[in-house]
Amino acid sequence: MLSGLLESIFNGVSIGSVLLISALGLAIVFGLMGVINLAHGELMMLGAYTTFVVQNIFKTLPAPLFEFYIFFALIAAFIVAAAVGLVLERGVIRFLYGRPLETLLATWGVSLILQQLVRSISLGLSIAIATFSLLFFGGMWLIKRRPDFDRIRNGTIAIILPLSIAISAAVSIFLAQTYGLTITKPWFGAQNVDVTAPEWLRGGFPIGDFQLPYSRLFIMAITVICLVGIYLFLQQTNWGLRIRAVTQNRQMSACLGIPTAQVDAFTFALGSGLAGVAGCAISLLGSVGPNTGQNYVVDTFMVVVVGGVGKLAGTIIAALSIGTASYLIGSGNLATIFAPIQPVADFFTFFATTSMAKVMVFALIITFLQVRPGGIFPQKGRNVEL
Amino acid sequence: MITLVPKKKRDNRLLIEAGIVVTIALILILIIPWLLTDFRLSLLGRFLALSIAALGIDLIWGYTGLLSMGHGVFFALGGYLLAMYLKLQIPKDAANQLPEFMNLYGVTELPSFWQPFHDFNFTLLAILLIPTIIGGLLGYLVFRNRIRGVYFSILTQAATVVFFNFFNGQQKLFNGTNGLTDFKTILGADISTYQFTFYILTIIALMFAYALCRWLTSGRFGNLLVAIRDDENRLRFSGYNPTGFKVVVFAVSAALAAIGGAFYTIQTGRVSPQLMDIGFSIEMVIWVAAGGRGTLVGAILGTLLVNFAKSLLSEQFPEVWLFFQGALFLIVVTVLPDGVVGLRKLFYRRQQPISTYPNIDLDPEVQSEREHPSN
Repeated sequence: MLSGLLESIFNGVSIGSVLLISALGLAIVFGLMGVINLAHGELMMLGAYTTFVVQNIFKTLPAPLFEFYIFFALIAAFIVAAAVGLVLERGVIRFLYGRPLETLLATWGVSLILQQLVRSISLGLSIAIATFSLLFFGGMWLIKRRPDFDRIRNGTIAIILPLSIAISAAVSIFLAQTYGLTITKPWFGAQNVDVTAPEWLRGGFPIGDFQLPYSRLFIMAITVICLVGIYLFLQQTNWGLRIRAVTQNRQMSACLGIPTAQVDAFTFALGSGLAGVAGCAISLLGSVGPNTGQNYVVDTFMVVVVGGVGKLAGTIIAALSIGTASYLIGSGNLATIFAPIQPVADFFTFFATTSMAKVMVFALIITFLQVRPGGIFPQKGRNVEL
Repeated sequence: MITLVPKKKRDNRLLIEAGIVVTIALILILIIPWLLTDFRLSLLGRFLALSIAALGIDLIWGYTGLLSMGHGVFFALGGYLLAMYLKLQIPKDAANQLPEFMNLYGVTELPSFWQPFHDFNFTLLAILLIPTIIGGLLGYLVFRNRIRGVYFSILTQAATVVFFNFFNGQQKLFNGTNGLTDFKTILGADISTYQFTFYILTIIALMFAYALCRWLTSGRFGNLLVAIRDDENRLRFSGYNPTGFKVVVFAVSAALAAIGGAFYTIQTGRVSPQLMDIGFSIEMVIWVAAGGRGTLVGAILGTLLVNFAKSLLSEQFPEVWLFFQGALFLIVVTVLPDGVVGLRKLFYRRQQPISTYPNIDLDPEVQSEREHPSN
């Protein structure tokens, strides 16, 4: 009985920690800018794919190094996802501040593009993208130096944009026809790819008749490190102070000389980087595909909704309780506990699958929001929406 | 926006509009079938069914400003409710009186909630009422607590996942992933020979849906919806309780989605949990956005345009469609917020909007003062 209870708690906490690490970045970004990033799952997916790439690179190196690839992968995943997040913020989201619903749609568009990009990225496609960026942004940079730029801006874009698209498309089609499959073969394809955990992360720590898998323990460790890191960063550094200030009162912070645009970009990159780390973590749990992000993203949003945006602690409590609740319901433990009372046991047996547990958890969340619509720690102060 | 037009002139305008709508419907029924191949015509029928659902989205998002990312649920519900009736159309003398998938999963007795779907009238009533009730209930639970904006959107998205899991997981009740398909007869008649009738019925339903939305959005109720969208707090301070209006409009749009879903299902001959996919629900929003939100014509036009583009593109280059769709989201949001219908502004003299500005940053006077501080 004791080991059974321990197992339940461990599994609940471990699902919760995956939720937590993926929700962490989202919660910070949502708290700061009120932006829900629907492409968050895809940033996780990018992190997972980065792990895959790093692993393949380390496979070519001498054997002992491979055992430690995961640490390099964590850093690489953070950097890749943060870079993509930065581009996303500078390119799209900053134009949409104050319009959260439009941001949802735009980031959904980005997530579709990223999914398809991972499926069909090949040497040819990346050359085409590089050519396009060079032509378009190079051209814009050149023209920006003209004094009458503001006047001719729209006209220039109307000319340069189709021109660079046409040239880069022509280049890639030409290359594809000349070199054939060497250039058009997708790097990853639509299939799932597998990340092999290093030797020391396989197996588990035996307690009684059940094992604590090392990979799960490792994920918990990463989660705790990220949490502590974020906490220290927000509380102890100048940038953390700025982020907290802008979260509390954007206009006042701007008046006091805090560069809010920079803070936004920085925070968004940070949140995206955390998504990358989360992606690296989930790649240890199973194979990784273009749709991986989608499986996590809705649960992650629920964590943010339940946690509220006021405090980091809300996110932690929400993630752990949602994780534990879904495990308890989904594994059928509750049905066993209530076995003496037949109707209650039947009720819980009906929900005792992973997918049906989601139904139940959602009902619980809606019930919870009846009592606390703003989440566990709602935002306070006069900026709160009524 | 309140336009003060004398009553008589208003009546005339309504008559003209009704005339246009009827003319378009007649063209769709009488002329278009001669111009299109059977395949394209069946696609058109489906897309018209989708645009009924799009009208519902427009009502709730374009007019009321609530972005629902879960209308696929109601759409699929409408489909399922009709499909349950169609699956029960088993000849009286057949040995097996159950839908065939139930035998596969070893169900020996028809589940009790399937029973009433032997009756056609009950089914029609159910398609109208059940999604309305579910929508109303969900809406009440959410709006009562003033949950709105992004919170509302992601809750509807979560609801989509929940319903998807429910229908996907219940093999014995709804045939799980495969959904309900292989319909034979409706009211004793063979379904496959009546596709053109369904096409006509879809158009008629679309006309009614349009008329309903037109009636709801003009006049006092419509003004209240727009007020909720533009400045809900001010509306509340003026003594209105927006909850009721939001619940009503959410329920109506759920019903429209369900009707669209029913017509869609009978034309495709299949309903499955894929219709409750997150992506599909958000796609519905982009049809409205591409056409022009806040205009009823835009919703219908956008649905037809985007879906035909989708079918053409995915026939030719299957990989490109997702890129295209993603780009469509970005373009519509950043460059074309008023959609295709908004393009007509290019040809008209720009009219100053007379509504109020919910945010001081959006007020053009404030904007111009900022740009030219010297004034």
